Amino acid sequence: MMAIASEQPTVDLREPSGWRRTKNQIATVGMWIAFVVMLVPLGFVLFTVIAKGASAITWQFLTNSNIPVNVLPVNYGGIGPAVYGTLVITGFAALLAIPLGVLGGVYINEYGGNHVLARVINFFADVMTGVPSIIMGLFIFTIWVLHFGYSGLAGSFALACLMLPIVIRSTYEMLRLVPDSLREASYALGATKARVTVTVVLPAAIGGIVSGALLAVARAAGETAPLIFTILTVQSLNKNLFSGANTALSTLIFQNATQPYTGAQARAWGSALTLIAIAFILMIAARLVTARFARYSQ
Amino acid sequence: MEQQDQQQVTAKLQVPQTTATPAETFASEGDKVFDAKNLSIYYGSFRAVTDVSLSIYQNEITAFIGPSGCGKTTVLRTLNRMNDLIPTARVEGDVHYRGASLYHKSVSPTAVRRRIGMVFQKPNPFPKSIYENVAYGPRINGIRKKSRLDEIVERSLRQAVLWDEVKDRLNKSGLGLSGGQAQRLCIARTLAVEPDVVLMDEPCSALDPIATGRIEDLMQEIKSQYTIVIVTHNMQQATRVSDRTAFFSVLRNEQPGRSDTRTGVLVEYGSTQQIFEDPHDSRTQAYVTGRIG
Repeated sequence: MMAIASEQPTVDLREPSGWRRTKNQIATVGMWIAFVVMLVPLGFVLFTVIAKGASAITWQFLTNSNIPVNVLPVNYGGIGPAVYGTLVITGFAALLAIPLGVLGGVYINEYGGNHVLARVINFFADVMTGVPSIIMGLFIFTIWVLHFGYSGLAGSFALACLMLPIVIRSTYEMLRLVPDSLREASYALGATKARVTVTVVLPAAIGGIVSGALLAVARAAGETAPLIFTILTVQSLNKNLFSGANTALSTLIFQNATQPYTGAQARAWGSALTLIAIAFILMIAARLVTARFARYSQ
Repeated sequence: MEQQDQQQVTAKLQVPQTTATPAETFASEGDKVFDAKNLSIYYGSFRAVTDVSLSIYQNEITAFIGPSGCGKTTVLRTLNRMNDLIPTARVEGDVHYRGASLYHKSVSPTAVRRRIGMVFQKPNPFPKSIYENVAYGPRINGIRKKSRLDEIVERSLRQAVLWDEVKDRLNKSGLGLSGGQAQRLCIARTLAVEPDVVLMDEPCSALDPIATGRIEDLMQEIKSQYTIVIVTHNMQQATRVSDRTAFFSVLRNEQPGRSDTRTGVLVEYGSTQQIFEDPHDSRTQAYVTGRIG
């Protein structure tokens, strides 16, 4: 040992000191700080919602009917209709937006080329991702609710408007990542364009498309503004998506959280935790689906 | 009827300096697979290849050699209409495949590519299982029966000398193979649709000498059933595997104010032995003796 240690090294392979090493250290420290700073609000939000909401969660709370916002404590009434409403309204919105959005993304990337229509759709999808969600609510309110009244369907429309550009963009981005060599390989075997798209391009991108779509769903499930104008938020369960005012978790949180009563506030925290749990389950599902589809892509 | 169509096409394409009538020009020879006449290929306004005429014969291996940018690959890709996928690409002149014009407006590129397969420079297996990679072509051609597909997959993988290496992991991803194995998988995938012609675009450029040797042996083995056209940068490879060699080169146009300052031309085409041992053109001689390129 001693002999080896005392030997003079002939080349110096250590990181050279000086500005380059300093820059490296600064960048490393900076990244760690950014990581921690990012974790603080995330952890704080989660911690607060769990701390304040967990005590409200009981089977009765999750399944019972809503009660009017009043002084009653949290062990009266529940959020059953809102859980149902959120799942059904968001689900139907997904049913509308995901197929349309995926087809739109496929059109832009595979079929549109440099065509004006493709560029226009791409541009507006970009713009629409930045439109505040309340605009979507007002839009559906004007063209639908004023004529046909409040309904879960109107809420689905508003959420679908919100999800559509996200799905289009994420699909487009994922398809762009599929190497042309795969398309060529398929064409060279005599496949038609539709075949190439369905059997090679979409399967190669499906993981990303699915997680993009589920992100859009999770985002829509938490939206409040588009629903306030379209479903109205009621107390009782409305199983009919297509007619009559409905209710959802996000609007219920809004209603209850703006009250001075502790019971109402506790219900709002409980609803918030429920909503986060739903989003969490969706994300887990997205990861599982992505992993399943990606099993051949190394 | 077909004859008439061909005449129309030829007439429309303004083939220069062809005194023979179209019917004579494309006289059907039994063993002639491709017959290209005055082929010029453009990308936008850039003329990548000018005035190439050559015939490719059945059950032979024809090699395209030449320096980078001389249009070998471009010519190869016109033989199964892969250039159609490039929006700006345009073909002038005509290529006849077994007597039929490839660029006639009634021709479906899809139908062309089902008969004329292609292996690419970089191995490009699908992100699917090895089995599904090979079964893909037969499937899109309407074969659904599992037993038939099993048969085709095994036959193709055996032809591509890959069967013994992968038979126990047919359900594993095609992306998990080494470079040489992946390229042989791509060859198996091409052979699975039983094409008439296999076009190979520098199939060994990403492979080590052992994998290259395997693929060259494979080409010799399948030659009796297929017609092969191979683009290669490797002149030793051309001498080892091919029966005929076409030497392409870059022609520089010094005329000022023109956009197409360089274009690919076919310099010399003949038997491989003649091209390498007795080249008639000084440019061919310079290239094959290693003085340029």
